Amino acid sequence: MAKLIIPTPLRKFTNNQSSVETRGETVLDSVRELTEKYPELRQHVFDQQGKIRSFVRIYVGDNDIKSLDNEKTQVQQDSVISIIPAIAGGVCSKR
Amino acid sequence: MIQAAVDTRLSERIEQIGKFVGKTPLFPIKRVFHKPGVKIYAKLEWQQLGGSVKARPAYQIIKEAIRSGKLTDGKHLVDASSGNTAIAYAAIGSAAGIPVTICIPENASAERKLLLRSYGAKVIFTPAVGEMDDAQDCARTLSEEKPYEYYYADQYSNVNNWKAHYLTTAEEVYQQTNGKITHFVAGLGTTGTFVGTTRRLKEINPDIQCISFQPDTAFHGLEGWKHLETARVPRIYDASVADQNFGVDTMEAYEWLKRLAREEGLLVSPSAAANLAGAIRVAEQIEEGVIVTTFADSADKYGEVIRELFK
Repeated sequence: MAKLIIPTPLRKFTNNQSSVETRGETVLDSVRELTEKYPELRQHVFDQQGKIRSFVRIYVGDNDIKSLDNEKTQVQQDSVISIIPAIAGGVCSKR
Repeated sequence: MIQAAVDTRLSERIEQIGKFVGKTPLFPIKRVFHKPGVKIYAKLEWQQLGGSVKARPAYQIIKEAIRSGKLTDGKHLVDASSGNTAIAYAAIGSAAGIPVTICIPENASAERKLLLRSYGAKVIFTPAVGEMDDAQDCARTLSEEKPYEYYYADQYSNVNNWKAHYLTTAEEVYQQTNGKITHFVAGLGTTGTFVGTTRRLKEINPDIQCISFQPDTAFHGLEGWKHLETARVPRIYDASVADQNFGVDTMEAYEWLKRLAREEGLLVSPSAAANLAGAIRVAEQIEEGVIVTTFADSADKYGEVIRELFK
């Protein structure tokens, strides 16, 4: 269970919802749940092999999941997951 | 009267900078692609003040704002930019004595933030999750709240963005190819380069084919480009000027970036390499022609990408 923040460019696919509550126990479960709820998001978040695209950065709180347990990062009820577009080809820090 | 005298000096200062904007060299691409009857050329746009293609619109926007009395001595220019336009404003502002404030997403690269600070620009960070949309709202709000302190340049809606390319880029590529250009190719960001250059080229010769490119998905590594289906579409965009429009995959652009460095001696930005990808796609479809594209900037501001690609 976590709150997932949707980036502005993708809100046209979520009826302008800025966030959704998810029930998954990991980041991957949560993002999959999001794309199941809003199927048009899928092509933008996942590649053809079903992996999260290279230029999608995901944070839990202020931490890039790359510094945690990547897609398998566990989330709690009060976790906030943010999907962030990479700028300048992957150079990205939330703070 | 005093105000008018001050503004005249500002006008003179900006005019003097004009000689360092535009007039970039046209580079023949010969080794990474070869096809008898087809030539590809690229404008090396980083060879001007501020180090990118954005010198052109930034200069034109500032010059016209001064001429119209919207930007006066001491007033801040404020705008939203993820990088090159901000840097161009900051460089031109520094040279002309114009204070510059930039709204930029907080996940912009450290190199860009450092460059802006180095030129003396004031930087306001906006939430990463909002991408450029929030940065635009930040700049607009600031100018609405303090109209006497800020001039909102609004590169996404300012007609002087595309006019800069109408007046300079198009004329340059036509003259540099001795009128032999048959195709113009450019990626879409603010869309100024493509819309302005295309409008003028079509006036000169309606047979010139103009093809626009954009990232093939919402999340991509082509800094400066917009995926128009999901982005806030710039008001200056005119889809009707394009003969064709295609998508470019970032990883394809990265492959061309590596080859440009190793076979042409050009270490360019990902978006410049994406323009080459577009030019080559057009070249593969024709038997004869002269294709021109623009390389917006060099790889100088993309250290992390370059380290990753050449490790």
